[in-house]
Amino acid sequence: MKTEITINRGLDLSLKGSLPADAQIRSVAAAQIAVVPDDYPGFTPKLEVKEGSEVVAGEPLMHAKECDAVKLVSPVSGRVKEVKRGERRKILYVSVEAADVAKAPVAEVPGKDAESIRTALQQSGLWALMRQRPYDIVPVPDRSPRDIFITAVDSAPLAMPLTAEVPDGASRIDAGLKALMQLTEGHIYISFRPGADRGIVPEWAYTSNRVVVTEVNGKHPAGNAGVQIAALAPVNKGDLVWTLDIVTLWRIGSLMIDGHVDWSTRVAVTGSEVAEPFIAETVVGASVEPLLAGALTEGDRHLRIISGNVLTGVKISPDGYLHYPYRQITVIPEGDDVDEFMGWASMSTKKMSESRSFLSKIFGRKEFAPDARVLGGKRAMIMSGLYDKVFPMDILPEYLLKAIISKDIDKMEQLGIYEVAPEDFALCEYVDPSKIEIQKLVRDGLDYMRKEVE
Amino acid sequence: MLRKYLDKIKPHFQPGGKLSAFQSVFEGMETFLYTPRSTSASGVHVHDAIDSKRVMIIVVVALLPCLLFGMYNTGYQNSLCSGVEMSFWEMMAYGFLAILPKLVVTYVVGLGIEFAIAQVRHEEIMEGFLVTGILVPLICPVTTPLWMLAVATAFSVIFVKEVFGGTGFNIFNVALTTRAFLFFAYPASMSGDTAFIASKPICGLGGAVTYTDAVSGATPLGQLASGADQITNAVGDPVSTWQAFLGLIPGSFGETSTLCVLIGGALLLLTGIASWRIMLSVFAGGLFMGWIANIFGTPTYPASLLSPVDQLVYGGFAFAAVFMATDPVTAARTGIGKYIYGFLVGVIAILIRVYNNGYPEGAMLAVLLMNALAPLIDYCVVQANVSRRMRRARSNS
Repeated sequence: MKTEITINRGLDLSLKGSLPADAQIRSVAAAQIAVVPDDYPGFTPKLEVKEGSEVVAGEPLMHAKECDAVKLVSPVSGRVKEVKRGERRKILYVSVEAADVAKAPVAEVPGKDAESIRTALQQSGLWALMRQRPYDIVPVPDRSPRDIFITAVDSAPLAMPLTAEVPDGASRIDAGLKALMQLTEGHIYISFRPGADRGIVPEWAYTSNRVVVTEVNGKHPAGNAGVQIAALAPVNKGDLVWTLDIVTLWRIGSLMIDGHVDWSTRVAVTGSEVAEPFIAETVVGASVEPLLAGALTEGDRHLRIISGNVLTGVKISPDGYLHYPYRQITVIPEGDDVDEFMGWASMSTKKMSESRSFLSKIFGRKEFAPDARVLGGKRAMIMSGLYDKVFPMDILPEYLLKAIISKDIDKMEQLGIYEVAPEDFALCEYVDPSKIEIQKLVRDGLDYMRKEVE
Repeated sequence: MLRKYLDKIKPHFQPGGKLSAFQSVFEGMETFLYTPRSTSASGVHVHDAIDSKRVMIIVVVALLPCLLFGMYNTGYQNSLCSGVEMSFWEMMAYGFLAILPKLVVTYVVGLGIEFAIAQVRHEEIMEGFLVTGILVPLICPVTTPLWMLAVATAFSVIFVKEVFGGTGFNIFNVALTTRAFLFFAYPASMSGDTAFIASKPICGLGGAVTYTDAVSGATPLGQLASGADQITNAVGDPVSTWQAFLGLIPGSFGETSTLCVLIGGALLLLTGIASWRIMLSVFAGGLFMGWIANIFGTPTYPASLLSPVDQLVYGGFAFAAVFMATDPVTAARTGIGKYIYGFLVGVIAILIRVYNNGYPEGAMLAVLLMNALAPLIDYCVVQANVSRRMRRARSNS
């Protein structure tokens, strides 16, 4: 089947430092990688290795306390360098130094039945790359999803097209789709920007009544799975759906064909402080130091390095690692070294804002280079209706957020908490003049809900 | 240099410093002067440049035309009634001197209380009172005694705002409650024929006004309520709709000029700070009710004889529509709710004005009443969303 949706509300931030059309592709060897359990909500890590253990690519580093079978694996072969722990011995990350090891690589083409596929996904680490709604967590292993939603659209600021990341697409996408169809009795939705599905989606998928190929139009967050689900087949109470991106689908396909997962990834290195934005070919979880070496602008300004995009990414240190979903780095000025006199009265055309009270909104520049400052004090929710403009779901964000703040389970449920993920609120957080940490709030709300309901 | 000075004195205001009791005040000043350097700790890494300081300051700027016109009109009315000739600048100066003490008193009382409470709660100082502090003098008669203003402002800031949790949590519009407090506590000073015109010389400007048969300071709506056949200005000349639109009539300090209110309203709409849904529907509601009242016009209710357009230019209607009903904290917050809320504000304002001879003006009470009802309107809109979701769940299962 083929269908089309248009997302009418949303916002595309125009930031400096986008990838040029003929972006250079640099291959960067990953000497060191790290797997960060916090990237996988709902996954409580239990170690399977010790510092100094030898691991081969695809071998588990950790499994989930909730289910032994669900693993996080090492994307490279080498030696476990460090198990970094934080407060109360919480595992912050497990790092692996790439090296030649004498072990045989993991490779076994899984069977074609549902149970074998399930096990293979869980063992291979691919299961953890998927998410489920409700709660936006790693899917619980014992339930089948109503539907599966695959997005091949990354509409986030400065992101590169996701379809650029699936080399030799068709055969692996084909195998991946067939595997996922074993795991649900419902539909597989797979969404593209208009025209981007060509050469990637196998022909049979267009005629299958179980696969829905969707063309997505509109501004960010049109690429978010949550927004697409809301437009195509909303999540109701009691429903459970899975979401994943097309790169994960491609990896599932490669597991089904080759028997092992290709953990290489393409990373868009973008942002106003990257001298010449480029695409890096490396491995998931790679250390960013070699990636950024020599790539940043000269100067003594403090920089913020973000693994991911400016809306949902994770702040990392210059010696940090790539975080899930392993496809973008954004570098912007930190801004804590700037003194701005009466910034609230500014008539500058360099201010990035959706408010027409700034001249820049009316006749400002085309691309902005904002820093990471919050640009205001935290307040109660004062202005109304601002979130709605960038929240394209039939949900009243203000009221849902208030229900979360007051921990009112019934209200949260009634107002649609099962349908959302923190990333869906990223733009609300961006436009908010009250500077509320909305994504954090939603994450806490989802966790609280899960604890209370299940 | 200023930055260096602030950095130098900052340690005194930190906990343990000798001036730590004024930490909130210092931080308020510091964040007012310099955009805080704090960067995002979680969630999005870039933020929209808009913050609540910017929002509030735009509203203050939008109020300036009304404030300036109020100064002129105060001088003009005094000159008209006292017979003392004044130049334009003398009128402005007279009005400025008349309003200055009131602005100072409201700001000192209101901000004083806010600073104290912020310090007790160890919170940042919120900027909500920046707007309230200028609104209050604008919606009061120019002769309001300062002590009354002080009492009413203190009452509102404490019992209408801070007991609910401060800026963003209040149910009723703070400036309007101040006005309502004055209206019900000191009715003699808030209405009648002598309240709306400054009647004494100030610093040698202006003249003393003696009210006679020929000189009356009654507002147009006051005149109607007491059964006048024709609306006149203070010295008995008839007033046209156009003059009332410009605002050269007696009335509360800042709300006589519909023109200036609309200039402010245009700024609020252009910048997107105020909700066009509310503003539009208040005017629509006012026109609608004015039209209904006019159809059934009767001398028993003299204000019903006004044309719908006249209803909008007299009294505080336009001011309430642009600056009061649109207060985002106390208005309806849902999109559809805003239309209903605004429309009812307009209808009720004219309803009270026309059919209750005791209150010549209804805009204040209409907004306050709808403030109380706004959560109910929103509740209905939210329930509609909830039942849509439940229907969807049922039809799927």
